[in-house]
Amino acid sequence: MAVYGYEEEMGVKVKLISGRTVAQGQNLDNKLSDEYFNAVALCELSTEDMEKIGASPGDNVKVRTKYGEVVVKAKQGAGYPEGIVFIPMGPWANAVTSGDTRGAGMPQFKGIDAEIEKTDEPVLNIKELMMRYKEV
Amino acid sequence: MVEITDVVCPLCGCVCDDIVVEVEDNEVKKVRGACAVGKSKLMGHGRIKSPAIRANGVLKDCSYDEAIKKAAEILAAARRPLLYGWSSTVCEATKVGVELAVEIGAVIDNTASVCHGPSVLAIQDVGLPSCTLGEVKNRASLVIYWGANPTSAHGNHMKRYSYISKGYFLPGGKKDKKLVVVDVRETKTAKMADRFIQVEPGKDYLFFSALRAILYGHEDVVPDDVGGVAKKELLELADMMKETPFGIIFFGMGVTQSRGRHNNIINAIQVTRAAHTHTKFNIMPMRGHYNVTGFNQVCTWETGFPFAVDLSRGFAWYNPGETAANDILWRKECDAALFIASDPVSHFPADSIRHLARIPVIQIDPFANPTTEFADVVIPTAVSGVEAEGSVYRMDGIPLRLRKLVDTDYPSDEEVLMRILEEVRAIRAKEGE
Repeated sequence: MAVYGYEEEMGVKVKLISGRTVAQGQNLDNKLSDEYFNAVALCELSTEDMEKIGASPGDNVKVRTKYGEVVVKAKQGAGYPEGIVFIPMGPWANAVTSGDTRGAGMPQFKGIDAEIEKTDEPVLNIKELMMRYKEV
Repeated sequence: MVEITDVVCPLCGCVCDDIVVEVEDNEVKKVRGACAVGKSKLMGHGRIKSPAIRANGVLKDCSYDEAIKKAAEILAAARRPLLYGWSSTVCEATKVGVELAVEIGAVIDNTASVCHGPSVLAIQDVGLPSCTLGEVKNRASLVIYWGANPTSAHGNHMKRYSYISKGYFLPGGKKDKKLVVVDVRETKTAKMADRFIQVEPGKDYLFFSALRAILYGHEDVVPDDVGGVAKKELLELADMMKETPFGIIFFGMGVTQSRGRHNNIINAIQVTRAAHTHTKFNIMPMRGHYNVTGFNQVCTWETGFPFAVDLSRGFAWYNPGETAANDILWRKECDAALFIASDPVSHFPADSIRHLARIPVIQIDPFANPTTEFADVVIPTAVSGVEAEGSVYRMDGIPLRLRKLVDTDYPSDEEVLMRILEEVRAIRAKEGE
């Protein structure tokens, strides 16, 4: 099932959670806009995790799980314990989640084992991200 | 300028019905009383201009007749169709949707399956000691948000219904109330709380079990640390629960979408029952979209089951884990999909979407979104609650009527579905001849 390899050791091991934010909600009906991109294609990290991967706010971060990988912008998150990163719910978070519902009908959107590292690769926009699904 | 009062907000499960909207030249110009997210919905965004059918990879504008005919052809020819979404449209549309699902033997599911589906499973298992939001406002002196962050997701929830609202028996508002937040991170809601309890991700089940034990008088079996929370904190929370005359737990995606899923909720409901040995306690899911609850109501009246209903057998079959939208997509079983009032391409996991790229997709929605990129037929409709009226259910199961604020040329969701259903029936009648 897994499309991406998971052999290569990456950066720092974390738990990934996703969820709503105000800016995400404001652009629910406006998803093809820059506002939505800026609200959702990001990853909120604790200061400790930011330091561990050597990133500053605004740098690009690669998030990888055994289901896929995605590049998003690093954002300083307030109130995060070390080891928990947050991507607002949406296409970028879901690029690294699995459709397996473990018999419950509900995929696991929170508490996913992930690895993060700083990267120079670009953050894909919504159309590029969608193209990726059509190619694979 | 016309001022419309008591407007019902078509955004989240709070369904605030005290919004004031100013309309001029058939456009919403001002919104008062809504949260930032609700206001954004009522003010409106760019719309899909015309129905369209994809040809050679490109969406080409067409008439409503052509789009509806094409949609009906896709659905009538499918062996394992999925009808999904429904949470941001009205009950009247859902009723037609269930009829369509019966006609073509489809799986019909709503966004609950990626939201509070596990809560529905839990409620079927152990019931739900609950109340209305009005009772919470007037009586609840202890409010617990568990894995829920209303400052982001339900902007007016605390102000209108819980911690900040002034109630009949609690006229001082938050001075008379206590707020507890349990979460894996210190959210904005947590920052407002009298007490914030930080639990490790995926450890809620342990936490609920420990709290149950304490409430039943078995604190001796609870270890010193439960999921990153000190026993002392658990004992203090249990005392707060015992002391309140009326308490409520509101729970969100933090517990339904994480490890344990419905088992977390079963345990949370059992905590509420344990609290009943001391006082009156309630529990309520923080339902997301304004009519996610309404779909579950209508689907239950019509099929006997609340979501993830498979009608391919000629009778209703319900088994989330087998019959939810992600189940039939992830297994690559589904061979055509109709999405209405939702955006699964944004909110489904990657491997479900990979399958969507390979099957015909019909989209009924007022707004373009990533699902449009995958749609072979696009049918734009009126925005329910702004351009069309209809019934919806608030998160506590109270039905409210969405209002029409401005006129539109777009057909309603219900109208488009009726026409697709008629067209499907015509195709099937012809096939039967």
